[in-house]
Amino acid sequence: MQWETVIGLEVHVQLATRSKIFSGASTAFGAEPNSQACAVDLGLPGVLPVLNEQAVAMAVQFGLGIHAEIPEVSVFDRKNYFYPDLPKGYQTSQMYQPIVGPGEVEITLDEGATKRIRVHHAHLEEDAGKSLHEDFHGMTGIDLNRAGTPLLEIVSEPDMRSAKEAAAYLKAIHSIVTYLGISDGNMAEGSMRCDVNVSVRPAGQEAFGTRAEIKNVNSFRFVERAIEFEVERQIELIEDGGEVVQETRLFDPEADETRSMRTKEEANDYRYFPCPDLLPVVLDQAYVDHLRDTLPELPADKRARFENEFGLSAYDAGVLSASRAMAEYFERVKEVCGDAKQAANWVQGELSGALNREGLTIADSPVSADRLGELIVRVLDDTINGKAAKQVFQALWHGEGDSADAIIEAKGLKQVTDTGAIESMIDQVIEDSPVQVAQYRDAEPEKRGKMIGYFVGQVMKASRGTANPQQVNAMLKDKLDALC
Amino acid sequence: MHDKTLTELAAGLRAGEFSSRELTQDLLGRIDRLDGRLNSFITVTADQALATADQADATRAAGEAGPLTGLPLALKDIFCTRDVKTSCGSRMLDNFAAPYDAGIVERLANAGTVSLGKTNMDEFAMGSSNENSFYGPVKNPWDFDAVPGGSSGGSAAAVAAGLVPAAMGTDTGGSIRQPAAFCGITGLKPTYGRVSRYGMIAYASSLDQAGPMARSAEDCAHLLGAVAGHDVRDSTCVARGVPDYAADLDAPLSGLKIGLPTEYFGDGLDPAVASAVREAIKVYESLGATVMDVSLPHTHYAIPAYYVIAPAEASSNLSRYDGVRFGHRCEDPTDLVDLYKRSRAEGFGEEVKRRILIGTHTLSEGFFDAYYKKAQQVRRLIRQDFLDAFDEVDVLMGPASPTPAFDLGANKDPVSMYLQDIYTIAVNLAGIPGISVPAGFSGNRPIGLQILGTHFAEARLLNVAHQFQQATDWHLRRPAFAEESA
Amino acid sequence: MAIEHADVLRAAHLARLGLDEGEAAHYLDDLGRILEMVDQLQALDTEGVTPMAHPLDATQRLRADEVTETDQRDDFQRCAPAVENGLYLVPRVVE
Repeated sequence: MQWETVIGLEVHVQLATRSKIFSGASTAFGAEPNSQACAVDLGLPGVLPVLNEQAVAMAVQFGLGIHAEIPEVSVFDRKNYFYPDLPKGYQTSQMYQPIVGPGEVEITLDEGATKRIRVHHAHLEEDAGKSLHEDFHGMTGIDLNRAGTPLLEIVSEPDMRSAKEAAAYLKAIHSIVTYLGISDGNMAEGSMRCDVNVSVRPAGQEAFGTRAEIKNVNSFRFVERAIEFEVERQIELIEDGGEVVQETRLFDPEADETRSMRTKEEANDYRYFPCPDLLPVVLDQAYVDHLRDTLPELPADKRARFENEFGLSAYDAGVLSASRAMAEYFERVKEVCGDAKQAANWVQGELSGALNREGLTIADSPVSADRLGELIVRVLDDTINGKAAKQVFQALWHGEGDSADAIIEAKGLKQVTDTGAIESMIDQVIEDSPVQVAQYRDAEPEKRGKMIGYFVGQVMKASRGTANPQQVNAMLKDKLDALC
Repeated sequence: MHDKTLTELAAGLRAGEFSSRELTQDLLGRIDRLDGRLNSFITVTADQALATADQADATRAAGEAGPLTGLPLALKDIFCTRDVKTSCGSRMLDNFAAPYDAGIVERLANAGTVSLGKTNMDEFAMGSSNENSFYGPVKNPWDFDAVPGGSSGGSAAAVAAGLVPAAMGTDTGGSIRQPAAFCGITGLKPTYGRVSRYGMIAYASSLDQAGPMARSAEDCAHLLGAVAGHDVRDSTCVARGVPDYAADLDAPLSGLKIGLPTEYFGDGLDPAVASAVREAIKVYESLGATVMDVSLPHTHYAIPAYYVIAPAEASSNLSRYDGVRFGHRCEDPTDLVDLYKRSRAEGFGEEVKRRILIGTHTLSEGFFDAYYKKAQQVRRLIRQDFLDAFDEVDVLMGPASPTPAFDLGANKDPVSMYLQDIYTIAVNLAGIPGISVPAGFSGNRPIGLQILGTHFAEARLLNVAHQFQQATDWHLRRPAFAEESA
Repeated sequence: MAIEHADVLRAAHLARLGLDEGEAAHYLDDLGRILEMVDQLQALDTEGVTPMAHPLDATQRLRADEVTETDQRDDFQRCAPAVENGLYLVPRVVE
């Protein structure tokens, strides 16, 4: 039987505010345990929450970024349950009236095709602390530094049909939040976490199958692997006559499988009700309009502009717009050199290669966009040839000079276009290569084209790479043909 | 000194008749001698009080004293006080010294007042008799067989017994007004949002409000002025100017329109209370007020709505008492669930558990709409009743409680205890201010007249209450206990 | 709406309140009478009435995104029942 996979994602994004969502404690990562848990975060008696304006602004920016409705009124609710990393015995969240209404995210698939994934809503809530399970005499240690960090939970519709689509969606969300600067998107530090709902159904069937929720899948790669495993598990289960149970599962990256979390736990009853310590959040239109007007260009818009305005291929446009840092770098190179295609080639070729080799991100590139742009200018104005340009790039990368021009000068890489100088080098090469000249002369005219390569190589070598290869080629052809 | 009002004591301090230290020492001595029989204090902070009194005297000597500098008062043990035990009347917090001061505690300290200690209360402010305290019941100084009312019973009893001229209380369903009525003092519940709830241990967040309990409306006006106002740490505390509540106390009442809610004079009202309230209304008429009957048609639904909303909020507010970060923790928990269940079972008393169970049940799946949502809808109707009434009249008047103080142990049944709050509870649901003033006696037990105003009408209420106290002397009566043992 | 023994046990578990059988029976009786009183609400027609969560029609004020708190861990942990290395200790949580 043909099976169709149905996937929905709940993505938790830690917002990059300085202070917590309801308190003035710092959100910085990695502090001493409980040193950033203030009285409000600890849920001490009598203390009260006050909402962080930046968390609200960031949530609205996200909403605008996915073309979502921004309701005028949103309300915080309490989700009640006991857990040691949840200090108050409830999580302040938004159940009934979230801050961001329905929207959509465009994802790009391998072939450059795009698909729209609907977002059901996104809501603000507070993060919990962390349980440390190292052995404290058989006890668990609780660190509440993370408690109260603002989270935006982005809930998709079940619109994804493959692990690849889910990964592409997660990447798109990552790209939107980092473009907006509302999160550092650091999955390794838990700034972005993901719960995946997966079900399968016979192809063509409309009703959804029973879904399993895979909790805390915290890398793009794991999302794909967890889904692939889970889909296979569910199909096998059904084909063997079994039934999928609605349950929460954990992905174990070591074993590369999902495992059921203890099912003996009774169904939760979170008893949501409006938080009486917080009042309804009312956003006036002018505020939303202002945020809309100051929104940066987002990846999907950038990609379209790269294609339409710069004439880049869908693939190139996709790669170059994937992160804000990459796009900004590329756009700066393009601005300096004036040639989008050359800029795209260099950023995706030489630069990306070097970055990958050294495991660097574009933000850490030793070659700035301005320097790379200036280098491309020298190629475009024939000051250096392509081969020399790669040498200049390497020199810039290794800090051997401050600018392309300085390196060209220092290394004498300026392209030789002086006809007289090239002619004398050609004459010398012909004189030194009697055997090859004879072969050339004896060859069929249509094969001579290939044989000329040898002579070009010798001349380029003699010029230490600085001769203009096109010029050398044309002049050699004339000289050799004259000998025939 | 112990029978004087705050206003009189302030005058004495200003005139140099006595120092704050002398006054403080005198009252600490009374507490020491008398409170063993009353049990109105959970913690007496004598050393701190004397140190603060000395500072106040120094401030006065330097010519920098404000109107409240050097005046002693007490704080209900629901207000967090830095490094001082803050128990909320519960075993759960018997070992808890708050690491910060509540908003009103800061303000009172900044005003130069001297706190003598923390007063007894029903556990987590849940109760109408002060019998629900981990620290034992408080006696009514007018009659040791009677309850002082609750939940701010310790504050009311201490003021009535002349242990302290004023105290701060909190009122979620009548917890300032009813004990004030039972103990023959004046107690004001301000408009919801008028006074910061920061550092005030929550019972039901959308209903809780702190307010003054003292020997006169004038004293309440001065205290409210000191504690009211915006606090950025409480989202529900309004940013609205604080008027001089004492400025209009003497405004004449001619033309004042008083509404008498017919529902507040129906079945179940004790005849002595009814007659005292009727007499008080006559006093107002003699002062130039006009009186008319009004209706608050949803009065009957206030207690049912309250016993959904307050326990629901409480069940969530009290989840933080889990034995992990502070408070009572059971011995040798076998696992996490055992830690929670035993710590909470041991730490909370019966009434608190009852309300947690009710709140948990009514919020749970399948019951939420029928209980919680319904109660929230009824709450709107109740508020609308008041708003409609205040279109017609300036203030509403009626009894603070259907009976005078009842006997200790008289209300064993929780529902009959809840019904005691019939006249006070709707006020909290609507968020309006209310004041109870002494208006007579039934035997030796005081009776309170309740005066209600629209949102933020505290100045008007205090004016109306003050004028009554200019015309009557009920508020000047002191229990024999306070005198015999002087 | 009637309340049953199982409802009391369920609420007690959700609220993490330890109750023995006797206590559960006692609370069942109390809760039954309280809910009976509460059930008077059902007699009222509230069709179309917007639920009211707060007595004032106020809206949430927002706080500037500034770090205003300093580390007070020692103060806060002074009243903690079990602490080690700055961590609050609880019986082992099984993941």
